[in-house]
Amino acid sequence: MSKIGVFICHCGENISATVDCARVAQAAAEMEGVAYATDYKYMCSEPGQQLIRQAIREHNLDGVVVGSCSPRMHEPTFRRACAEAGLNPYLCEIANLREHCSWVHEKGEATTQKAIDIVQGLVEKVRRNQPLTPIRVPVTKKALVIGGGIAGIQAALDIANCGHRVILVEKEPSIGGHMAQLSETFPTLDCSQCILTPRMVEVAQHPNITLYTYAEVESVEGFIGNFKATIRLKAKSVDEKKCTGCGLCTTKCPNKKIPGEFNEGLGTRTAIYVPFPQAVPNKPVIDKEHCNYYQKGKCRVCEKFCPTGAITFDQPDQFITEEVGAIVVTTGFRVLPTSFFPEYGYGRYKDVITGIQFERLASASGPTMGEIRRPSDGTVPKKVVFIACCGSRDPAKGIPYCSKICCMYTAKHAMLYQHKVHDGESTVFYMDIRAGGKNYEEFVRRAIEEDKVNYVRGRVARVYERADGKLVVRGVDTLLGAQQVEIEADMVVLATAGVANPGAEELAQKLHISYDPYHFFAEAHPKLRPVETNTAGIYLAGACQAPKDIPETVATASGAAAKVVSLLSQDDLVREPLVAVVNRCAPPVYSTCVGCFLCQTACPYQAIEREEIKDRQGRVIKTVAKVNPGLCQGCGTCVSFCRSKAIDIQGYSNEQMYAEVNALLNHE
Amino acid sequence: MMTENSHTPSPAERLKACSGVDVQLCYQCGKCTAGCAMAPEMDLPPSFLVRLLQTGSPAAYRRVLESRSIWLCVGCEQCIGRCPKEVDIPRLIDCLRSEAQKEGCVSPEASDIIKFHKSFLGSVKRNGRLGELDLVVEYKLRTLHLFQDVDVAPGMLAKGKLPLIPERIKGKREIDEIFKKSNA
Ligand SMILES: Cc1cc2nc3c(=O)[nH]c(=O)nc-3n(C[C@H](O)[C@H](O)[C@H](O)COP(=O)(O)OP(=O)(O)OC[C@H]3O[C@@H](n4cnc5c(N)ncnc54)[C@H](O)[C@@H]3O)c2cc1C
Ligand code: SF4
Ligand code: SF4
Repeated sequence: MSKIGVFICHCGENISATVDCARVAQAAAEMEGVAYATDYKYMCSEPGQQLIRQAIREHNLDGVVVGSCSPRMHEPTFRRACAEAGLNPYLCEIANLREHCSWVHEKGEATTQKAIDIVQGLVEKVRRNQPLTPIRVPVTKKALVIGGGIAGIQAALDIANCGHRVILVEKEPSIGGHMAQLSETFPTLDCSQCILTPRMVEVAQHPNITLYTYAEVESVEGFIGNFKATIRLKAKSVDEKKCTGCGLCTTKCPNKKIPGEFNEGLGTRTAIYVPFPQAVPNKPVIDKEHCNYYQKGKCRVCEKFCPTGAITFDQPDQFITEEVGAIVVTTGFRVLPTSFFPEYGYGRYKDVITGIQFERLASASGPTMGEIRRPSDGTVPKKVVFIACCGSRDPAKGIPYCSKICCMYTAKHAMLYQHKVHDGESTVFYMDIRAGGKNYEEFVRRAIEEDKVNYVRGRVARVYERADGKLVVRGVDTLLGAQQVEIEADMVVLATAGVANPGAEELAQKLHISYDPYHFFAEAHPKLRPVETNTAGIYLAGACQAPKDIPETVATASGAAAKVVSLLSQDDLVREPLVAVVNRCAPPVYSTCVGCFLCQTACPYQAIEREEIKDRQGRVIKTVAKVNPGLCQGCGTCVSFCRSKAIDIQGYSNEQMYAEVNALLNHE
Repeated sequence: MMTENSHTPSPAERLKACSGVDVQLCYQCGKCTAGCAMAPEMDLPPSFLVRLLQTGSPAAYRRVLESRSIWLCVGCEQCIGRCPKEVDIPRLIDCLRSEAQKEGCVSPEASDIIKFHKSFLGSVKRNGRLGELDLVVEYKLRTLHLFQDVDVAPGMLAKGKLPLIPERIKGKREIDEIFKKSNA
């Protein structure tokens, strides 16, 4: 026989204006299992809580129902009060008499009766409640950051500066990402490398950061606070301990004509290479696909010249595992190549380039040393046309979304061009100018007003090469009543759409995080949880979520780092015990689970594992499902899938829920 | 009270029902106009025409019906091939043409074009396929442009581009059937 206390709150007049609270308390006192019932004006106030504590002690209550506002509001308050009086807090339940009753009904008999019914339902539930204890999960105080662009660099530094260890994994031979390729950055025109490279060096030298370049995450297991990541270290064919980074090998390698990734194909590199002079780490790797020795079995020139004997051919890939408590994904994005655009020449015209190629032309470290020279013949183009929205906002053939950064970088490109080629003419074809950011609108206006960039509102239908070899851009000026415009151009720059990395989907599946239809990683909530994923302990930052500029990338990176730091600063994670459990009972049944594992396929959080029940000799008698309480989010999907009713959510068991609903329905 | 049946569709609704095209999809980028071979000749370039339709105003609609543009379109489909929003302008124009004829507001500058279309179809109706000379004769009779372009005729004749007796096709009966079904 249970001894439940019922406490009806007036909530000032929020409840008592339409519900007769005293009557509800009286009716509750009559309910089966109720030992004590009362009402009070403000139950959440200190005297109200004291009333509850006192009643628990005096009447030896073994369950409490508080009829008050929503449990979202004061469930923690009342459960704490109960705990202070020595009652297990999970034996306290809230009957929502405010949002579910008094606020939504007129004053009257029926309203009071509904309040009584709600209380009755909760009383029936509490009679079946079990004491529960919060789950404690230990936390591994180390973070894994995947992707070493500015987002990954910022997140790694922020976490490391708070005293936690960080593993930074970058798939290319150097960290830096796209920002390392940029010339100057909007809206301030500061040199990208000048602000980035000090941070790259800081990463390499930070005592709390372990950097793995030329590496990729192979698999991830585990859950928040307790992940285990397997990382593949691709063979660099260079012993990093011996290599001093003198670069002699890169000058001697006979294979000199390989289009360099860092210069977006506008420059060449050797088979043994450092992607760019400021690379971190500044040590070469051998690109096996282009190396004479790996491809044809002959050469080894680098080995002959290397003064420290650092070249190690036939080095295998290495696999290491790292245990970490949190993961930040910062794998960035890429832009569509010019070959994506048939109407702009399928990438066949050498002088039709992408924005990121223009960055390389404008960059002091680029193939032209920062002089704007067109790729075909190295001359300085006198007329340049910039085309915005190439592939963006194009649901028919490209992507429907706006790539967000192109309006700004196109204005920057036109401006940089005008600064470098004083007698040059630049035209920008645009649809809208999206310059929403601090000092962004002013920046675009400066391009138009001070640098005399010619902005034409309209899309370009075609770029073609005339018989004399000149490029012709055929667009429209929609502000002139849709008049066709034809411009001869020496060079055309396409602001091609920002899209997800090719491997994004695969990585999301490895990490069990969600992604959107365009393979950008999905936030747990687009507004309120913008750097979290649906998987606890895994966070996002930067352009892997959607195209972002540097300020936004860095802001999300620091945001994700703050989340990680707050997680790693705890020794244990304390979680509500409202998780699924698979029942256990005496042999010969052991559990009503039949081992069909439907629940395993249904669980959105990969929380269901297999457990073998063994006899004393160690023979497996039965394989049943087992819920990992660290991963379970208590969503209850498995419960509805289980055909043998073997799973229940603690605190919300089928029995409890049926009792509550029946109590509500049985009333005439 | 207005009932379902008493609702007379607005011109915009009629156009949508006829063409299946939602003009509101267009965001006025102008790529259609930029690529249109006829745009320089048009009084309302394609994107401008779509914008007028978007307004839903009767005056704008009238302006479109009366335009020369809807008769100048050669149906090459360059516009829809490039349109990021897949707005099928040629289909719209087909509907607009028949609407303009129904409303009796065909641009006076379009009369030759319509005569050409009629002559073209007349020839196909007679022969089951186009007879070049047949077409020319009918067109000239309809328009009375008797001497226009005659200078090119000898060259074409010599190259066999203007056969004197139109070729007939085997499936003439099926073609007749098509004409009957489409009431032409
Ligand atoms: C042409 C152009 C001009 C721009 N100009 C400006 C500007 O002037 N100002 C401005 O604010 N912004 C500018 N931007 C935007 C800027 O480049 C981005 O905001 C920034 O690069 C985003 O950083 P990120 O670290 O999120 O991504 P990225 O720079 O893309 O870095 C991602 C990193 O992750 C690595 N990686 C990817 N996949 C994996 C994997 N599976 N495992 C391990 N590592 C992986 C990549 O190799 C890379 O190093 C410009 C962008 C472009 C395209
Ligand atoms: S062995 Fe390969 S990397 Fe070394 S020098 Fe020859 S081609 Fe270059
Ligand atoms: S191309 Fe399509 S979206 Fe662009 S103006 Fe023409 S109809 Fe509108």
